[in-house]
Amino acid sequence: MKTTILLTAALMAGTTLAASAETLRWARAGDSLTLDPHAQNEGPTHTLAHQVYEPLIIRDMTGAFEGALATDWAPKADDPNVWVFNLRQGVTYHDGADFTAEDVVFSINRAKQENSGMKELLSSVVEVRAVDDHTVEFVTDGPNPILPSNLTNLFMMDSGWAEANGTVDVQDVDGGETTYATTNANGTGAFKLVSREPDVKTVLTRNDAYWGMDQFPMEVSEIVYTPIQNAATRVAALLSGEVDFIQDVPVQDLDRVDGSDGLVVKTAPQNRVIFFGMNQGPDDIPNDNVEGANPLSDVRVREAMNLAINRDAIKKVVMRGQSQPAGMIAPPFVNGWSEEMDLAETDLDRAKALMDEAGYGDGFSIQLDCPNDRYVNDEGICQAAVGMFGQIGITVNLDAKPKAQHFPLISSGGTDFYMLGWGVPTYDSEYIFNFLVHTRGEARGSWNGTGYSNPDLDAKIVSLASETDLDKRNATIAEIWEVVQDEVLYLPIHHQVLNWGMKEHVGIEVSPEDDPKMKYFTMK
Amino acid sequence: MLAYIIRRVGQSVLVLLVVGLVAFAMFRFVGDPVDAMLGQERTQADIARLTAELGLDKPFPVQYWRFLEQAVQGNFGLSYRQGRPVSEILVERLPATLELAFVSGLMALAGGIALGIFTAIWRRGISANVIMTVSLIGVSLPTFLIGILLIYLFSVELGWLPSFGRGEVTRIGWWTTGFLTESGVKALILPAITLGLYQMTLIMRLVRTEMLEVLRMDYIRFARARGIREKSINFRHALKNTLVPVITITGLQLGSIIAFAIITETVFQWPGVGLLFINAIQFVDIPVMAAYLMLISVMFVGINLIVDMLYFAIDPRLRIDRTGGGH
Repeated sequence: MKTTILLTAALMAGTTLAASAETLRWARAGDSLTLDPHAQNEGPTHTLAHQVYEPLIIRDMTGAFEGALATDWAPKADDPNVWVFNLRQGVTYHDGADFTAEDVVFSINRAKQENSGMKELLSSVVEVRAVDDHTVEFVTDGPNPILPSNLTNLFMMDSGWAEANGTVDVQDVDGGETTYATTNANGTGAFKLVSREPDVKTVLTRNDAYWGMDQFPMEVSEIVYTPIQNAATRVAALLSGEVDFIQDVPVQDLDRVDGSDGLVVKTAPQNRVIFFGMNQGPDDIPNDNVEGANPLSDVRVREAMNLAINRDAIKKVVMRGQSQPAGMIAPPFVNGWSEEMDLAETDLDRAKALMDEAGYGDGFSIQLDCPNDRYVNDEGICQAAVGMFGQIGITVNLDAKPKAQHFPLISSGGTDFYMLGWGVPTYDSEYIFNFLVHTRGEARGSWNGTGYSNPDLDAKIVSLASETDLDKRNATIAEIWEVVQDEVLYLPIHHQVLNWGMKEHVGIEVSPEDDPKMKYFTMK
Repeated sequence: MLAYIIRRVGQSVLVLLVVGLVAFAMFRFVGDPVDAMLGQERTQADIARLTAELGLDKPFPVQYWRFLEQAVQGNFGLSYRQGRPVSEILVERLPATLELAFVSGLMALAGGIALGIFTAIWRRGISANVIMTVSLIGVSLPTFLIGILLIYLFSVELGWLPSFGRGEVTRIGWWTTGFLTESGVKALILPAITLGLYQMTLIMRLVRTEMLEVLRMDYIRFARARGIREKSINFRHALKNTLVPVITITGLQLGSIIAFAIITETVFQWPGVGLLFINAIQFVDIPVMAAYLMLISVMFVGINLIVDMLYFAIDPRLRIDRTGGGH
């Protein structure tokens, strides 16, 4: 009897082992830039870091908050300027060191350094203090109701490991030596780093001592991550079975991948909206043919342009169905988004009438600046829009160029009419207002290339940061949106859609942040 | 002789400096790395600070001088994109490109000579004409298309060969090689064909023309009249005389194989310096772009220098004192 039980147990153990030895070969267009979790605030870099390191809070695959290294968090009862985080107990780093409050203090201070790419997300944090080994307090410069949403990509490093390896400081971009953390990693995450050749291959193996072994599927035992830049090659690698999972399937290949035996494409709206910005501030702009006046500063012209864009046609022809027409510049996940505002209409007659009314019945011509390697079919969208604006008499000269040349134009104010895409990692409208609506200045409005400046609105935007009454705060957000919509500050086009291609046995749903976290993957 | 060498070396250094200057003048048209480096949440103040820190606000001759100063000391700076020393990255990536270039060069040479001889000797045969027609594809189809066609045929449809990457590599000192593993050799085949196809067609057509020329020469006719065997005439007499220009061309083409590996490497995600350069352009990674361009120009200048010196050794006319004039 005893032997039978033992035998059964042994057999069962054998089967579980066999079933769980699953390698996930994963490819996407770009590689992580660095393993240093605080050096770069960039999508693919964070995605890789999420497998190895953990923040206090993460977003699960649906975008909802989930405790990672913190179990619960709340503002302090008697002090609205303080957030208290209770940390998970019994968590160890891959090298065996214990995770404690001291590591949180160290990591947050490290991420606040001058050379850190994450410091803007922590600009409201004045101090982080360890109350005891498993309690941390964040002191902010005023009440900050949305602090937790700024922490979902702020990874926790072991202070002892960093000191021992001389990597207490984030690397200085300008010369100097490369730091140990750039090429090595020691996190608390579900996977351990085995080897990494940047731009070639990164191998991770399951961390069997992970605190969440029983809470998550944890069915991937090994991850082999290879960036494959060329879209056709990436799809070919999936079709030929050399990889199991690719992010960013090009829209023209969706049918081919989905139609192949054993492969599926999963689709979901991304946390990114695509729109045009217009330089409406100055009295005259250089990139149009109107002398002594700025047609874009007339709200009727902007409204007419908004009515001229046929978003459904763009969706059908340019995006092959892979987009969701937008009427506002907030993705649907974001606090402040409303279905009503996100509706957009096309009405050429009214658009022409508005152009007449504004005194531009004969139209005008203007240059549109567009990236050609940043968003899905970005140049194609712009080309389609050129034809649409032409229907109301606006002659648009399209200038499409690589992102490295396009985005500096927006930063420097060198463009009067441009395309931009925006993702909202905090899932809150304040983030959009801070960067895109607030008057351009030292701290806010850095992506506002519209020249729009409204002191009343600015005051409301600033007030959001410290408004703790959430109902009141949401009311203010709605008020700001109303102005943005009425003024037609931007011309929204659509919400981008994500397409992940994978083998049938890989079980995962697309996350709006485009950041697969492999601990959630099932491998049937 | 010494004076000649010194003069040529001096000219080479001058060419290198000019290449660097032109490169730096062009970098600002590639774009601005600051935006890519800072990410979405940067403020105007961050942009100003980083631009100043990297010296990007200075005119390009100043930036170039800074680069030269560092480069002379063997320091090519840190990659903006990866945050690692550029020299380390280049050394890591160079073996992949050199192995690919070597194999495709070898393939182009062997295939080109064999097919060239074949089409010259049986120039009226059907197969020779087929080869000549097909070879037009090699000249006229762009590299990336050939690569993608090969991937779809041999990786997706037939499943014989990998579509991307280098396979398993073995480390020997600082060098990594794909020759020693099965997956490494398999991974080499498609990129090598893609990269070498153009050169192979070129060599084939060159060999054919030269060979036809030689076969019409008097000494071949006399050899035939003497009753020497066809095989001996074709391979011992004709081929030898054909090869001299072929070898010159091949030497010069080696440089372009390495330089033009960029496209092939992008299509096959081949982890060489070409792919590195493409990534650097997209990110405006100035230190990497500068180092790569310098490396390629050093290579071209070096090859030319060697060729010049060989001419000097071979061709006695060059040794005549030039001050004499007359040519």
